[in-house]
Amino acid sequence: MRGDAGADATVPAAAVSARNVSKNYGEVEALRDLSLDFPRGQLTSLLGPSGCGKTTLLKIIAGLLEPTAGEVEVNGRPVTGPGPDRSFVFQDFALLPWASVLRNVAFGLELRGVAMSEREAIAEKYIRNVGLAGFEKSYPHELSGGMRQRVGLARALAVDSEVLLMDEPFSAVDEQTRRKFQEDLLGLVAGENKTFLFVTHSIEEAVYVSDQVAILLPRPSRVSEVIRPRGLRTKNVDDIRRDPEYLDIVDRIWASLRSYVE
Amino acid sequence: MRVLGFRLPGMSSLILWGLVWEAVGRSGLTFFLPPLSEVFATFFAIVGTAPFQKALSETAQAFLAGVFSAVAIGIPVGILMGKNRLVDELLLPWVNIFLSAPLTALVPVLMVLFGFGLKSIIITTGLFAVWIIILNARAGVMQINRSLVEMARCFGATPWAAFSKVYFWAALPEILGGVRIGVIRAVKGVIIGQLLISIVGFGALFELYSANFLMSHFWAVLVVLFALAFAVSEALAALERRVSFYAAKR
Repeated sequence: MRGDAGADATVPAAAVSARNVSKNYGEVEALRDLSLDFPRGQLTSLLGPSGCGKTTLLKIIAGLLEPTAGEVEVNGRPVTGPGPDRSFVFQDFALLPWASVLRNVAFGLELRGVAMSEREAIAEKYIRNVGLAGFEKSYPHELSGGMRQRVGLARALAVDSEVLLMDEPFSAVDEQTRRKFQEDLLGLVAGENKTFLFVTHSIEEAVYVSDQVAILLPRPSRVSEVIRPRGLRTKNVDDIRRDPEYLDIVDRIWASLRSYVE
Repeated sequence: MRVLGFRLPGMSSLILWGLVWEAVGRSGLTFFLPPLSEVFATFFAIVGTAPFQKALSETAQAFLAGVFSAVAIGIPVGILMGKNRLVDELLLPWVNIFLSAPLTALVPVLMVLFGFGLKSIIITTGLFAVWIIILNARAGVMQINRSLVEMARCFGATPWAAFSKVYFWAALPEILGGVRIGVIRAVKGVIIGQLLISIVGFGALFELYSANFLMSHFWAVLVVLFALAFAVSEALAALERRVSFYAAKR
């Protein structure tokens, strides 16, 4: 399943690769012998029904969990724990409720010992980038769910890591906000030269935002298929959902996943 | 609260019970309970006297030292227990035993170990307060949202940075709750210490007044003690309310 970079000229080299990763929780096998490459500068979705271990894989790549077997490499270096080359966007935002938006966005830099004025300048830039200008002094409980996730996104961008890990980042926000987020994410992938790993359980979302969709099947988890939409990235964001290729891929993924839905 | 359409001011129940006290005192039912007005009159008479001032400063000194050590030891130990399984397994049984143990019975042991002076009183005060502070700090840390902990790890927090920038603040509502209850228990501790170890401070005044049946003096000191404990506890409760807005959102 591992695509060899040399074999397909259109696929960039892998920034992150998982090699034969297995993860057991006691008797339960969450992941078995999973291998997958994540091309540099692109967005790869991990898509699958709930309980298929997509978040487990993401946390292993983040260095938060240790695999039972196998290894993960980021830029050719094996992962032994969290590192400055990866940052994380959490499903439930994981903001500091007692800190302002500005301090939250700068918090990754604060932990790295960047001086106050420098880190606040960087944070202000990313607060503007995610469309929260004017809310620097607000506290998380004063913001809507969508705005809180923008804070989480800005914090992950502010540390300027090469790899961005996103764990169902839009699942706790309402549908309209979610659509706006998906559009903004496409701009971000195009504009920032980063590798995005994106966990979702929404087929439409995965196809809409991804350069590559990895479909994970559960019990135990393995990659059943990797789909690379060809023409969607060059389309206007408003036309993607009407595109025949988009609709075909959504149908195809649903066909392979439907047997796993109870 | 509203009764018959009237809005009652805060602490109305205190006023009601004060009136009941006054009535019972005036009825002459028992020498044990003089009228509240007499207690207040006595309070204003003795508050300026040297023995009262001395007792107040002795008690305050032992109380503050005891509470300070209980907080300084209790919060870090509680956070450590909440974060480290091994430390938790080792210490939790002791914390639970001492929380429910009749500490008064231990005071003679403390006297043997630490003598009859201020040191033993401070330790008694601290022992009354520290266990609930530990347990609350531990509970506060254990319910911190897991993704907040993962966030700290992901962004490369050192153990000290995670402790001082994340865990402490995330557990602050519970920690303050524990300190508030601990402070109230410390009031008991300091008086018991002063009564049993060496007859100083408010403990000495209680001993003196009750032995001589000076009931209005006795009650006056008790009311002062109650008012001080109430004020400290309310101040901490106000602080608690200021941070509790985020308690549900960690």
